[in-house]
Amino acid sequence: MGPELMIEAEGLTKRYGQTQALAGVGFSVPAGTILGLLGPNGAGKTTAVRILTTLALPDSGRGTVAGIDVAKHPGEVRRHIGVAAQDATLDPLLTGRQNLVLVGELSDMGRAASKSRATELLAQFELTDAADRILKGYSGGMRRRLDLAASLMTRPPVLFLDEPTTGLDPTSRQRVWDAIRELLGEGVTVLLTTQYLEEADALAHRIVVVDHGLVIANGTPQELKEASRSARVEVTLPAPHPEAVGAMAPLVAGPVHVSEDGRRLSAGVDAAPGLATSVIRALDQAGVLVDNIEVRQPSLDDVFFSLTGGHIEGDDEDGVDGVGDRAIAAADPGSDGGGRHELEGVRA
Amino acid sequence: MTTTTLTRTQVGVDRSRSSGAVFGSLSDIWAMTRRNLVHIAREPMQLSDVTIQPVLFTVLFVYIFGGAIALPGGGSYVDYLLAGILALNLVTSVMGTAVGLSTDLHEGMIDRFRALPMWRSAVLVGRSMADLLTSLLCALIVGLTGLAVGWRPGANDISVLGGFALVILFAYALTWVAACVGLNAKSPESAASFGFIVLFPLAFVSNAMVPTQHMPGWLQAIAQWNPVSAVCAGTRVLWGNPNPAGVIHAWPMQHPIEASLIWSVVIIGLAAPLAAHFFKKRTTE
Repeated sequence: MGPELMIEAEGLTKRYGQTQALAGVGFSVPAGTILGLLGPNGAGKTTAVRILTTLALPDSGRGTVAGIDVAKHPGEVRRHIGVAAQDATLDPLLTGRQNLVLVGELSDMGRAASKSRATELLAQFELTDAADRILKGYSGGMRRRLDLAASLMTRPPVLFLDEPTTGLDPTSRQRVWDAIRELLGEGVTVLLTTQYLEEADALAHRIVVVDHGLVIANGTPQELKEASRSARVEVTLPAPHPEAVGAMAPLVAGPVHVSEDGRRLSAGVDAAPGLATSVIRALDQAGVLVDNIEVRQPSLDDVFFSLTGGHIEGDDEDGVDGVGDRAIAAADPGSDGGGRHELEGVRA
Repeated sequence: MTTTTLTRTQVGVDRSRSSGAVFGSLSDIWAMTRRNLVHIAREPMQLSDVTIQPVLFTVLFVYIFGGAIALPGGGSYVDYLLAGILALNLVTSVMGTAVGLSTDLHEGMIDRFRALPMWRSAVLVGRSMADLLTSLLCALIVGLTGLAVGWRPGANDISVLGGFALVILFAYALTWVAACVGLNAKSPESAASFGFIVLFPLAFVSNAMVPTQHMPGWLQAIAQWNPVSAVCAGTRVLWGNPNPAGVIHAWPMQHPIEASLIWSVVIIGLAAPLAAHFFKKRTTE
């Protein structure tokens, strides 16, 4: 028997007016793990979270949390979840402490238990000094930490974090990450949405990539990175050189692309120490002069491109805003051995 | 549902509904009421609506209009005015309900509440309870200020308290109308405009400040059937203060206490279920 699934989504669809926010999304999260729901703005991440946290009803499909159907028994589901939504959903006129106590009381924890739990969480999130100040004076990072604390008031077994670090500076982001990692030790199951590949990579056991309301990939961070190649190298030459491609080819993964003027060469690479040095040395030995070299980490777009195997240009069957010219086929990242596909023009 | 049982034993959720759903709802209402009271205390505008404004209105009207207004049938203007001042203050302060609910809906706070295992309508009921408590404070301030500037009720204590209760009940009924407005408003600002467009005419086109006898005929007819007139006249009767409207033949002026109670009950009976309906509509997606 496999591990218990604490969150399950099956074929969720949801339409808001003209927009198909979800076009059939499914995934599951085993107990005690973090699933990263990764995708750009408008991909449908928040809608999926809203359905699973009982804030919205799916048009079709089924969601369960802790084995409970979210549409049929929303009240029961609410007893098992903590939610930190994308927009800060705390009361700006209450103090940090009052906000936490209010959440506790409304969750039937009782006033005394709410107060002691609030004190504990304020300390844990380094908010003790600001505890009795009104939220209006909190920084963005402090609000996010308090939001996270509020979602933990009842020690829920399942936690939903909707873009918990969007808009935060690197230091605040790191602190939120640390806090999320700590939760794992307590056996909490987490669904985390994010726009940042880096964040999903840092926190999640598995990543589900969604775009235009569909799941386009599903795998561990390692699998995703392998499928997308971990980086891309771009070399600019003062003039085209016939030996350049041959010199670079052994060091990179997949084909070397050459720009029309023959001066820019690019290729997918597996990150390796001293990669730029090796490329320059190889080019130098072939007698090629180099103006510029850049090793670029993959963007979310690179991941999408690598994972959406076959593209059918002009195909619009997903009907999202009439702009879905990118065909989306569920890809198996593990078997995507061919590396980068030729994708030029797909997104022009 | 074996998974459910398993989950509960796994994680020490330190809360229980053992005390029953009714108690749970009451404690939700109380928590929301306290939250809204904190809001009122921290919003200078809202707080002054129930503290400074009543003092100011009472003093200004008594000293500015006091000498200029002669009551048909005689009597002291300050004795006449106080019921009107109380009604004016309480009626206009229900604007806070509309603005407060609209703000909650627009700030995303409502999503937090909706994901909690609370009684959802506590958002509405807690708001109206907080407004009721503020009304009591406002009424106390109006009464004390009135006594300071020379208002003297001519009835026994029970009857005087009954007069206060009549106005407070009516204001409470109006908070449900304000809730309907707040739940449908596009923004807190547009909810606020409800106060100026509806509440001020409602409060002033009545016998609250001046007897209706001096108004043009068409306005008199409106004023006599305005529920605020009935509430003011009823309160004046209960307080044993001059009530020039007593000679007007319109039914609400002949039976102001009954008319006030009927208005209040009918308004609550219509507006409260409607507010619950709008709330459900606004929070379902």
